[in-house]
Amino acid sequence: MSAILAAIVLAPLLSSVLIGLLYMVSITKMPLSKRWFTIPALLSPLISFILGVSAFLYVAKYDVPLHFQPYLWLGVGEYKIYMGFLGDKLSLFMVLFITFVGWLIHLYATAYMSDDKGYGKFFFYFNLFLSSMLLLVLADGPLIMFIGWEGVGLCSYLLISFYFQDNSNVVAGNKAFIVNRVGDLGFLIGLAILFFYCSGVGFSYENIALTIASMPPYLLQIVGIALFIGAMGKSAQIPLYVWLPDAMAGPTPVSALIHAATMVTAGVYMVARFAFLYELIPNIGLFIAYIGALSALFAAVIATKQSDIKKILAYSTMSQLGYMFIAVGLGAYSSALFHVFTHAFFKALLFMGAGAVIIALHHEQNIFKMGKMRQVTPVVYATMLIATLAISGIPPFAGFFSKDEILLVAFSSGEYLIWGIALCSAVLTAYYMFRFFFVVFEGKNTSHVHHPHDVSWVMKAPLVVLAFGSLFAGLLGLPSLLGGSHLIGSWLGEWGMRALHVNHETEWMLLSLNIAVSLLGIGIAYKKFRFYDLSSHKEVKGIVYNKFYVDEVYDFLFVRSIRKLSEFIAVSLDVNLVDRIVMGLSHNFIRLGHILALVQNANVRFYALIMMLGISAASCYLILVIG
Amino acid sequence: MIANSLFMYIAVAMILFSIGLLGVISRKNIFVIYMSIELMLNAINLIFVCLSNYHHDMGAQVMAMMVIAIAAAEAGVFLSLIVVLYRRKKSLDSDLFRTLSQKEAV
Repeated sequence: MSAILAAIVLAPLLSSVLIGLLYMVSITKMPLSKRWFTIPALLSPLISFILGVSAFLYVAKYDVPLHFQPYLWLGVGEYKIYMGFLGDKLSLFMVLFITFVGWLIHLYATAYMSDDKGYGKFFFYFNLFLSSMLLLVLADGPLIMFIGWEGVGLCSYLLISFYFQDNSNVVAGNKAFIVNRVGDLGFLIGLAILFFYCSGVGFSYENIALTIASMPPYLLQIVGIALFIGAMGKSAQIPLYVWLPDAMAGPTPVSALIHAATMVTAGVYMVARFAFLYELIPNIGLFIAYIGALSALFAAVIATKQSDIKKILAYSTMSQLGYMFIAVGLGAYSSALFHVFTHAFFKALLFMGAGAVIIALHHEQNIFKMGKMRQVTPVVYATMLIATLAISGIPPFAGFFSKDEILLVAFSSGEYLIWGIALCSAVLTAYYMFRFFFVVFEGKNTSHVHHPHDVSWVMKAPLVVLAFGSLFAGLLGLPSLLGGSHLIGSWLGEWGMRALHVNHETEWMLLSLNIAVSLLGIGIAYKKFRFYDLSSHKEVKGIVYNKFYVDEVYDFLFVRSIRKLSEFIAVSLDVNLVDRIVMGLSHNFIRLGHILALVQNANVRFYALIMMLGISAASCYLILVIG
Repeated sequence: MIANSLFMYIAVAMILFSIGLLGVISRKNIFVIYMSIELMLNAINLIFVCLSNYHHDMGAQVMAMMVIAIAAAEAGVFLSLIVVLYRRKKSLDSDLFRTLSQKEAV
C-alpha cells in the first residue's frame, strides 16, 4: 500500500519523460499531432490524484502514516539515506489539492497553449513541475525534500522563460532562479547545521524531531531563521519576493500553477513540516509572523496601483502568502494550511480567469484597455466574481473562513500589531481585487484594439469547477462558532489548532469586523471604479506604482555592486595583476629560449667543440669523482 | 723499457688525437675536417694496439680492426656527402652550411 506514494510522484515524472521524448521526435523526425502530448499530460495528474485519494482514504481509515523506502539513495559508510516517501496527514492533504488543482490547470493549459509551437515542451515542463512538487511534499526527510525543492525551482525557471524569444522573459526567469538560489542558500545552511547535530541514525523528519532537543538553543534559532530564508525565497516574502511579479512573464497557466497550489506554498508547507523545530523557538515564529504581516501589507499596497492584470494577481498572491506566514509564525499551522487550501482554489481560478480574459482580448494584459468583459464572457465573469468575493473575504466564500481564522489567531495570540496590519491588508485586498474586477468586467467606453471573443469550454470548465471549490472549500474548515467542526483542523491533528483563549462574543465581534472591513474595501472600489470611464484613464504614476523602487534599490545594492566587484576583479586583479605575472613569466621564458637558441648556430666546428668539452667533462667526472 | 715505450706510444697517440681535435675545431675546409676525424680515429686505434700488445690480449686488436672497417665505410658515406654539399654551394667551407641554425630558421 505504501508504494502508492512513489507512484504518485512517478506518474507525472514518467509522463513528462515520455512527453519530452515525443517532443524530441516531433521536432526532429516527424510532426506529431497534439493528442500525443495531451493524453499523457492530462492522464498523469489524474492518476496521481486518484492514487492520492486512495492513500488519503487509507490513512483516514487506519490512522497510521504511510512510509515507503524503496532503495538506498546515499550510503556513506555507516551513514545511510534512503529514498523515502512519507504520506502522513499533512503531506496527503497537500497532495490532494495539488493534484486536483494541478489537473484542472493542465486541462486549462491544453486550451490556452493549443496554438503554441512548444506545446509538447510546455507539458514536459508542466508535468515535471508537478512531479517535483509532489516529491517535495511526500519526501520523508529534508534531503529528499530538497530534490523536489530544487526541481520546482528549475521548472519554474524553465516555465517563466518559456517564451524565450523575448529577452525580458529570460531575464525574468533568471531573476526567479537567482532569487530562489539566495533563499536556497539559507535553506542549505539550515540543513547543514541540522545534519551536523541531528543525523545520528538517519536524516528523516522523524529522527530530527527526536534529536532536535539536544541542540544548543542559539543554534536552533539560527536553523529556524536559515530555513525560513529558504521559505522566503520560495514563497516570495519580504525581502526575497522580487521574482514573483516578474514571474508573470510566463504563460498564464504557469502563473496559475506556480501561484495557486504549488511552489509558493512550498515555503508554508516547509515551515509546517518543521513545526517541531519552530515550536521550540517561538521568538523566531514571531519574526516569521511579522515578516508575513509586512509582506501582506506591502504587496497589498503595491497591488492597488498596478495596471497589469497578472501583476495585480501576483501581488495578491504575495499578500495572501503573508497571511499564511502570519499563521504559521504564530503556531497555527492548520489555519495556514486551511488558507493554503482555499487559496489554491480561488487563486487558480483568478489566474485562469485572467488568462481567459487575456486570450479573449488577444493577449492584452493592461486592465485599463479591457472593460465590458461581462458581455463578452459571462461564464468567466461569474466565476471571477466568486473568486474575487472569496479572496476579499465575504462569507460564505472560501477565503472568508480561512482569513477570518488567521485574523482570529493573530488577535487571540495578543499580537495586536500583526492583527492590525493584517486587517489593513484585508481592506486593501478587497479594494484592489474589486478595482481590478470592476475595471475589467464593467469598465465603460472601452477601446478594444481587436474584437474580443469568448473562450472555449475547455478553458471555462475548470473555471466552473474551481468556482464550486471557491464557494464550498471554506465549509471544510467551518469554525465551531458557526456550528461546524473544522474538518481540516481536526484532520491535521498534530498541526491542528490549539485552544484559543477568546470568548464567543469576541469571536463574533472579530468576524463581523472582518466582514465590515471587506465591505469597506469593496465599497471604496465600487465608488471609484464601478462606473469607471476607461477613456478618461490617465497613466498611473508615483512611488506605489513603481513598487516603492525596490527593484531599483536591489539593483543598486546588489546587482551593481556585484557587477562592480566583478569588474574590479576582471580588470584590476585579473588583467593587471594575475595576467601580468603569468604572461610576464611566459614572456621571460620565451626570452630565455631566444638566448639559449643562439647556441644552435649550425656551425659544425662549434658543435664539435661543445661535444668534446662535454666528453671531457664526463671523463673528468668519471676519473676524478667516481673512480 | 717496455713501459717507457708504451708511454711513448700513448704520448704519440694523444698528440695525434689532439692534432685531430684541433683540426676539427679550427679548420673550415670539410676535407680537412674529415681528415682530422680520421686522424683521431687512428690515434685511438694506436692506443688499442699498444695496449693489446702490453696486455698480451688480442681483443683490443679486434676492436682496432673494427674501427678501421667502420672508418672505411664511413669514408664512403662522407666522401659522397662532401660531393653533394659541394654541388650545393660550390664551396667546401663548412661555415656556409648553416641552414638548420636558429637564425636561419627564424
